[in-house]
Amino acid sequence: MVDPRTSIINERMRGIGRIIAVSSGKGGVGKSLVAATLALTLAKKGYNVGLFDLDFTSPSTHIILGIEGVKPKEEKGIVPPIVHGIKYMSIIYYSGEYVSPLRGADVSNALIELLSITRWERLDFLVMDMPPGIGDATLDLIRLIRNIEFLIVTTPAQLAFETVRKLVSLLKELKIPVIGVVENMRMNNSKTIQQQTMKLSVEFLEEIPYDPKVEEAIGNTNKLLGTTFAKKVQQIASKI
Amino acid sequence: MHEWALAEAVIAAASEIAEKERLKEVKEVKIKVGELQQIELNILKFALSQLKPAKFKDAKFSIEVARAELKCRVCGQKWVFRKEKLDESTAEAIHFVPEIAHAYIKCPKCGSPDFEILEGRGVWLESIKGVKQGDG
Repeated sequence: MVDPRTSIINERMRGIGRIIAVSSGKGGVGKSLVAATLALTLAKKGYNVGLFDLDFTSPSTHIILGIEGVKPKEEKGIVPPIVHGIKYMSIIYYSGEYVSPLRGADVSNALIELLSITRWERLDFLVMDMPPGIGDATLDLIRLIRNIEFLIVTTPAQLAFETVRKLVSLLKELKIPVIGVVENMRMNNSKTIQQQTMKLSVEFLEEIPYDPKVEEAIGNTNKLLGTTFAKKVQQIASKI
Repeated sequence: MHEWALAEAVIAAASEIAEKERLKEVKEVKIKVGELQQIELNILKFALSQLKPAKFKDAKFSIEVARAELKCRVCGQKWVFRKEKLDESTAEAIHFVPEIAHAYIKCPKCGSPDFEILEGRGVWLESIKGVKQGDG
């Protein structure tokens, strides 16, 4: 028996210029914030942008962007609604406030289902907020999407960077492009992460200082775009 | 009309197989549809008839429906999915992403959401038959 869904995924992605998976080795590094703010920034610049929250068990980009009360349209598949200028897709449309306790194989199946039925049509950028680590979602995207690129977020913590090293090593081995590494939540002027990133022969994209204003801006895109954090993400957007 | 997107996937996968097996003409495509996804068979059939390429002109699409059997990973209880037990919005959510069942359905014996979908999840391409290139 053949799973027919995987045969249509690249067709669904055909109209998309660049597919950027915002990833990290560990959780809690600000990956969803970077992904959501990056999508918002690119949309404000006038690009056609999609944002796909792939953190199925803990989706959060809808909270960051204050998205509620919208649903995809059913039209020969599903068409994501446009919110804040972004075509936005998340499992939250279907799970609502319920917990979705999914094992690896279920994550994989849900991911393949949504990739095969979502009609993004023409996009300049599709930003994907990945679950942390090198799990099923990461491996499936690498397997199924031809032109995927990774943008990796870390914190200054050595423990976070150790997992980045492993992720970069896997991506390089598989010849998957890595756009660069972003160091988030910096508390001092240490250049350690920058130096270690360069040793991996990967571009160090930006350092983002810890910005306490971000917490107050969650759910309010205007406030979010006014933070130092967002200014730094705008610099990332101009480099990718 | 999400069935349309699944029909496109079936046609794309069947075309790949036909190409690989060097079939010049496809005569039969067998599809298995799991009850968990609650596919509207008439819409799926209509979409297949509209989407089929020239090579599939005379192809018969046969669709078998498989009941959805679930098994609790905690207590081992097995049970069969019943759409009637769900409200409309839950049934619709599972229709789009069958794994969402884990958010709404619990083991009837021990109440755990940690269950396995043994059979009857989504759409599968079971087999494809046709006339090979070079055959009469």
